[in-house]
Amino acid sequence: MDTTQAAKFPISSETSRRGLIWRTIAIARNAFREAVRDRVLYNLVLFVLLLTGAAIFIGELSGGQERKIIVDLGLSAMLLFGVFIAIFVGVGLVYKEIERRTIYTIFAKPVARGEFIVGKYLGLCLTLLVNVVVMGMGVSFALIYVSSGWDPLALSIWPAILLIYVQLMILTGIALLFSSFSSPALSALLTFFIFIVGHFSSDLKGLATSMGSISARWLFGGLYYLLPNLANLSYITPAGHGQVPHVAHVAAAALYSLIYIVVILSVATLIFSRRNFK
Amino acid sequence: MQAIIEIENLTKDYEVGFWRKRKVRALDGLSLNVNLGEIFGFLGANGAGKTTTLKLLMRLIFPTGGGARILGRDIADIAMHNQIGYLPENPYFYDYLTAREFLEYCGELFGYGQIERSKRAADLLSRVRLEEKKWDIQLRKFSKGMLQRVGLAQALINDPQVVFLDEPMSGLDPVGRREVRDLIAGMRQEGKTVFMCSHILSDIEVLCDRVAILKRGQLANVGNLDELRQRAGDRNHVEIVATGSDADTLRFHLPEGDQYQLTSTASGLRIEVADEKDIDEVITALRRTGGKLVSVQPVRQSLEELFLS
Repeated sequence: MDTTQAAKFPISSETSRRGLIWRTIAIARNAFREAVRDRVLYNLVLFVLLLTGAAIFIGELSGGQERKIIVDLGLSAMLLFGVFIAIFVGVGLVYKEIERRTIYTIFAKPVARGEFIVGKYLGLCLTLLVNVVVMGMGVSFALIYVSSGWDPLALSIWPAILLIYVQLMILTGIALLFSSFSSPALSALLTFFIFIVGHFSSDLKGLATSMGSISARWLFGGLYYLLPNLANLSYITPAGHGQVPHVAHVAAAALYSLIYIVVILSVATLIFSRRNFK
Repeated sequence: MQAIIEIENLTKDYEVGFWRKRKVRALDGLSLNVNLGEIFGFLGANGAGKTTTLKLLMRLIFPTGGGARILGRDIADIAMHNQIGYLPENPYFYDYLTAREFLEYCGELFGYGQIERSKRAADLLSRVRLEEKKWDIQLRKFSKGMLQRVGLAQALINDPQVVFLDEPMSGLDPVGRREVRDLIAGMRQEGKTVFMCSHILSDIEVLCDRVAILKRGQLANVGNLDELRQRAGDRNHVEIVATGSDADTLRFHLPEGDQYQLTSTASGLRIEVADEKDIDEVITALRRTGGKLVSVQPVRQSLEELFLS
């Protein structure tokens, strides 16, 4: 760079550094606004209807198991709805911007590609957070309703809800990673595949140790470490029995997820930074 | 002259084909400078490489070779984007946002606070003459011309020193074109440097201090219009229009030679002379034949003729 020429047009790098956070937050807020205006949160209406129906009818048929059923049904629906949002909104986050060329005006501004990726990611995570919190409150209220008073389950399910949210955060990151280089259909398929396999990661480890061939051991061992261990983040069934995960378990799961998310977002940024927008 | 945009040997190859990939050169060793405060026109037929150049400068695509500096900084320097504005061709924005929200979002990306960005958004929407009742309507309901105005406004949200405009008149009606032309001319008064691509040659002719013509990815010509005309061998013809005389009678009274081109038109007799010194002969001949002089004016080669030459 011609530093003499550049000195004639000073641009504060301090403003630029501070702006990194502002810009990321601005992109996240806009991604959240997009999700809201695209009626993504309308799934909450369906969820509330489902839960209300369960609270009123299923409890009467289940012979005292109504509380467990509400927790199982509520948290499973929460995970399922969240997975659909994470996958179908997540894979379109970047692709839509490229396809509609809205990205041209964004990158002409002082926005780094990494800031865009992280901003988009945080925006969808915020949408999922609102979704999960409202659904969690719905499950808690349903429990209080069927118990005709305060129910300790209404509070004890929240660590399991937190773990569901962490799963959704990982899945959103994976969807975003695929969408940084692939088509939405393929990205959705691969993300869903990883969601399924991620819940059987202990089986992958078992396969890695039981296989005779070294290459098969390496393959399953590699997949075990490469794919997210979502089984560790699944606590729906014990939550139905009133069990609460140990703080150390939640902390370890959160730390693992944080590292995993940082790695996949870094890879997504690296890929996205090299893309030509023709 | 202080160069604000310095492009050096900028080259871009695209890979085409699915199985057997081959390279197509979209831009071939482009080198040019744009000076401070200039309105610079960038011309070329479809596929000549104009938009590719702008995308390279905006870092939307990466060069195969060469490089460029804007405001003395390499185009890879993101901080430089604080001082530039860009209107893409056929702009498409977030259709779930209103015009005001979109401009405020753009302001947010430059780090402006709520009050500042609201003020800038309102000022610019007024400046691009978007009716105030349209400011809070979602962009999905906007016509192409209205989107173009919003696009211009977003390109100016940071009060940039350099503005890049890709087909800024596209989609605008004649009134809109005039307004945008005035807006661009106003940027010159503010000391901004404007780099604009356009197919509408009359606008380029009126607005631009210098132009570059791109042909098949290569720079064919660059300079101000007079320089380009000289290079193209423009002979500064003069056109004389007269009534009350016919071509045969007038030719009889003119000296021998092929320096006079006479054409009968609906508005009268059109006499084109190759040199100013021949005007007197024509006027004398007209008086002899009882003809009436209507107009005498120089005929300059138009930008269109230069573009096609």
